[in-house]
Amino acid sequence: MRHLTSIRELTKDAAISLLDNAQQLSQVNDREVKKLPALRGKTVVNLFFENSTRTRISFEVAAKRLSADVINFSADSSSVSKGESLKDTAQTLEALGADAIVIRHPLSGAPKLLAEQDWISASVINAGDGSHEHPTQALLDALTIRQGFGLSQDLSGLKVLIVGDILHSRVARSNILLLNLLGATVTVAGPRTLIPVGIEQMGTTVNSSFEDALSAKPDVVMMLRVQKERMQGEFFSSTAAYSKAWSLEGDRLAMVGQDALILHPGPMNRGFEISSEAADDPRSQVLRQVSNGVAVRMAVLYRCLSGEQL
Amino acid sequence: MQKRVVLDSPDIDRALKRIAHEILEANEGPQDLVLLGIPTRGKYLAERINFLLGQIDPGYQANCGVLDITMYRDDATNAERRIQTTSIPECGITDKVVVLVDDVLYSGRTVRAALDAITDFGRPRQVKLAVLVDRGHRELPIRPDFVGKNLPTAKTERVRVLLNQTDGQDQVVIG
Repeated sequence: MRHLTSIRELTKDAAISLLDNAQQLSQVNDREVKKLPALRGKTVVNLFFENSTRTRISFEVAAKRLSADVINFSADSSSVSKGESLKDTAQTLEALGADAIVIRHPLSGAPKLLAEQDWISASVINAGDGSHEHPTQALLDALTIRQGFGLSQDLSGLKVLIVGDILHSRVARSNILLLNLLGATVTVAGPRTLIPVGIEQMGTTVNSSFEDALSAKPDVVMMLRVQKERMQGEFFSSTAAYSKAWSLEGDRLAMVGQDALILHPGPMNRGFEISSEAADDPRSQVLRQVSNGVAVRMAVLYRCLSGEQL
Repeated sequence: MQKRVVLDSPDIDRALKRIAHEILEANEGPQDLVLLGIPTRGKYLAERINFLLGQIDPGYQANCGVLDITMYRDDATNAERRIQTTSIPECGITDKVVVLVDDVLYSGRTVRAALDAITDFGRPRQVKLAVLVDRGHRELPIRPDFVGKNLPTAKTERVRVLLNQTDGQDQVVIG
């Protein structure tokens, strides 16, 4: 595996093997010396055309835990704002010695373009592109679900409900693909204006009522952040109206099974799509997701940079 | 190439018993010993030596762990890459006598990686090396302290250690 730009590049075996490695690497967090020499001498560039402190820090910690050097390159404070093209930026970074480029870009498909054009020989890892995909987020969610149910292989038989702003969510898309690959059943729910047409073809059913979807007793309820920054125009009449129908709170939280897991990719809008009550509930896996994020990114960086064929 | 059995099941048993005795002799008793097996087969050999030590010396406190060295290899690009669990016994390894256990000693690169890994977990008083088979062809200045069998080999030959726990039978095959 040289690049990871989409979950579609993974076979089921490759995904499980990545999760297995991530599971082992997650133990490094409990060690006194939290560092492994595996990527010593390699350089990882975080190329971020969009702000994302969490994802960037997660990749940065992951690379550093593996002893790689990390360069953070954010587009707003760089030559990109002076009009440099993606190709020139990438080639410049490679000339500086980058072995892997972790890219976040507002345009869907930018990482794939970078990986497939013959511009650079560095590995390309997608850290979120437009509303297309966010593969490492899906992998960390899958790892969290696997741990939550004590599973060691795939997720067959589990029912996962993804709720909220599906339209703008690359997290939802990557998750639908990966969860299907791992044998889970995926349902999405949200206001009609935020459900993209044809999402069923990715392998999911659509429910337009939160209560209805919860009455099917999902094993996992994944709440999505409402991405106001991507919304041009009106998708719902008011935040209060959205919360009333789609926030995980009160009676709806009570409908979530006692053994079910609550996930949220962060950052959370408390009181908007998720109540504080739900965010701090023992079933909430939000912090576990964050620490699993580092482990998953370590596994992905290691796999890409050690050039394994899978 | 023709396959030849160089150690059968009783041979392996005897070799492991001798290694256990030698460990106790060299250490002048069972105190402060920590066995660390290197996956995959070193882990099971360490468990067996651990069991034997307990039989030989009732004062032996079973301190047996696993040390995965995947992330410490210097040849990560063409090595096996399934990361395994590392588990260090609760007593830790600082000021202990660590005995690394592996199945075959060849280039010495695995042991070098293991020595690096050990420093991330503490500072043992001594590190010793026990292997079931030493087949020569060292690429680094590393030597074993306890050897089941010295086996002169050609570089082209392949030495395979089969163990009950992983392969259903105890055998060392060359071919």
